[in-house]
Amino acid sequence: MATAINTSTTDLVTRFPNFVTLDARTGYTGFIVKKENLVEVATAVRDEFGFDLLTAATAVDYIAENKMEMVYHAYKTTGGAGLIFKVQVERVDPIELPSLINIWPGVDFQEREAWDLYGIKFTGHPDLRRILMWEGFEGHPLRKDWKEPFFEEETKPFKSRWPDGQHTFAENKNPFRDNLNFPKDFDPEKYVVTGEDDLYMSLDRDSRKDEAGNMKTDHIVVNMGPHHPSTHGVLRVAVQLDGETIIGLKPVMGYLHRNHDKIGERNTYLQIIPYTDRLDYFNSMSNNFGYVTTVEKLMKIPVAERAEYIRVIMAELTRVQNHLIFIGMLMNDLGAMYTPSLYAFEERELILDIFEAISGARMMCNYFRFGGVVRDIPDDVLQKLKDLVFERLPAKTDEMERFLNENEVLVARLKGIHVLNADDAIKYSVTGPVLRAAGVPYDLRRADPYSIYDRFDFDVAVRHNGDMMDNYLIRFDEIRQSLRILEQALKQIPGGPINSQKPAYQVRVPAGEAYGRVESPKGELGFYIISNGKPNPYRYHVRPASFVNLTAVESMCIGSKIADFVALLAMLDIVMGELDR
Amino acid sequence: MYGNGILKGLSVTLKRFLDTYTEDISWMLRGKKRYNSDEGIRHRSSKDTKGIFTIQYPEEQLIVPEEMRYIPFLVYDEGADGKKEVLCTSCGICAKVCPPQCIWIVRSNDPNTGRPVPVPTDFYIDMDICMNCGFCAEYCPFDAIKMDHDFEIASYGRSVYNLEKLLKPTSYYAKIRPENYAREEEDRKAKEAAKAAKSAAAAAA
Repeated sequence: MATAINTSTTDLVTRFPNFVTLDARTGYTGFIVKKENLVEVATAVRDEFGFDLLTAATAVDYIAENKMEMVYHAYKTTGGAGLIFKVQVERVDPIELPSLINIWPGVDFQEREAWDLYGIKFTGHPDLRRILMWEGFEGHPLRKDWKEPFFEEETKPFKSRWPDGQHTFAENKNPFRDNLNFPKDFDPEKYVVTGEDDLYMSLDRDSRKDEAGNMKTDHIVVNMGPHHPSTHGVLRVAVQLDGETIIGLKPVMGYLHRNHDKIGERNTYLQIIPYTDRLDYFNSMSNNFGYVTTVEKLMKIPVAERAEYIRVIMAELTRVQNHLIFIGMLMNDLGAMYTPSLYAFEERELILDIFEAISGARMMCNYFRFGGVVRDIPDDVLQKLKDLVFERLPAKTDEMERFLNENEVLVARLKGIHVLNADDAIKYSVTGPVLRAAGVPYDLRRADPYSIYDRFDFDVAVRHNGDMMDNYLIRFDEIRQSLRILEQALKQIPGGPINSQKPAYQVRVPAGEAYGRVESPKGELGFYIISNGKPNPYRYHVRPASFVNLTAVESMCIGSKIADFVALLAMLDIVMGELDR
Repeated sequence: MYGNGILKGLSVTLKRFLDTYTEDISWMLRGKKRYNSDEGIRHRSSKDTKGIFTIQYPEEQLIVPEEMRYIPFLVYDEGADGKKEVLCTSCGICAKVCPPQCIWIVRSNDPNTGRPVPVPTDFYIDMDICMNCGFCAEYCPFDAIKMDHDFEIASYGRSVYNLEKLLKPTSYYAKIRPENYAREEEDRKAKEAAKAAKSAAAAAA
């Protein structure tokens, strides 16, 4: 690199006095960049300031100011605070912004998402199709003036519920049964689906055409999913094959899309907590954790000491069971049907028993509250938890390793099959175990400590080959590190109250923005929340680990054999509830 | 030797397989029931579980912890002559806090004065929408709405529960959540005692 990395300062204004200004709105931080200079500034942010990991890129619709804003959160893989820069454009269609895909290729899906949900066109993006909604969908659902079918009111609680709440079925509410919008001149008789052509053309966008522009016939396109057992839910992947080798690949998602962000903007702050459970439904505790820490950041309230420990215990238990399931499901994908996954499920059941005894539900825990947690751990459950952490789980992790790690078939399937190298992983904004298996020791619990992780003695699991075997083994390493944290937390857990606040069903959140992130078992889980002082968030955005990690799947798989694709996809540990939101 | 790893792995499977039978025999020798008994089910979901792990639902049922929550119900006190004294005052907090907004409450008004009286005329919960989050029970100031343990509610139609279907007696609540019930009763009595002391002090002054 020609210019030296300037690690000491993050002052973009001094560097670019002419087109960067500080974001001076109350409660806001970061810099506002002029649209024309976005690419220049972004390049400097990466190359001069050293922010190599662009984690979140999302849009905000300021309809009152007639502005559309794109917010970028850049971080360093060496750790530390992030750099937020924003670009504002007038809210008049067509809204256009330069794409940053050449600087951070990991922004690919997030820009497509912003196009899909906000209608911001990114010039220079090579494949700007809708990503969560279907081609032919009318409108951009996250815009503030877009209303969903059966729209009732801008925000909850709805007035029709009380004091005169006669129950009605939503579908009976209006004469059209729903209020779906259709594109102009839409005629269902004549409608031809065009999205598929775009998809297949996107697979074929380089030289795989003859001079006349026709597709060569020796490549075949295989659609895996959305109903394929190894795509972990309703993910569809269009794969272009040359013989058995993958030469092009595009994931197609959105089959489980429910517009979580929009639902969040309708909800009050408290009402969002149970919805976050349903993002990554294996790790509802981690999702709760991420959301409440973000809101606490905005509210500037402390967390009760005992609750901090309980939170860490829950988050780490979640990680243990998530990785066990990962191992079990990977084996399923590799053809070792049922036995390993059911062994993994046994331990998971025991952990879920504890979740159920504490929070009331096995998976949809809804356990965290602003300032603490909802209820204390009963003594008998704490004892059960200790038995599990100190006796059973370490022994069972050993047993799992004895059971699988030396298995010759497994080793043959995993060893030496390349997943990602460190540079590519950073480039594609990959976080979590996949990044660490590629040799980058980037773990938010150490890189940007939140909660009380700085009090515990543990190592960031890291492996260096970046092949499938390393991706598999790092899960065991992480289980062990999590158990280490759990042991310390269970020994140190103090008494006292479990919430620093009084229970309240309406919380006051001062105006401003906050980006909170936690190390969920699948990677960085971020929440970007803008409050305008009202009971509902103005903007609520989830930066899911699965979604951003999937950006790398194309470059991961090209050149591999189709038989390895299933395992490569399993390595990313995606979960559709979080991916599609 | 090639195949060592597989054999090592299979030894784990074999051990698990044999464990089931050694456990069965040891339970038999101790003269205890491993299956279809509370003790057996509890053991199978404890840290010492070995061998077979599954619970044969519906012949056997997992023992649910007290905090387990599934769809809400309304609590009523059994008054004299079997009258149902509904605890709900139709204040509407549950309807306001409900994340999917599945609670509809009709507040009743006094026919003479037109002012609201603290009892609901009707109360609907659309169980198809309910997400079992438990907020209604958590934030109810009158302990009038609680989460149930009965999860076998599958039906062919849609499940919109009205007041009649939602009501369950306090004794049922005390049965499924004994610890919570005891704690709430204690709180209530303490509050009543404090109130009585306060009014006694006021009367004395």
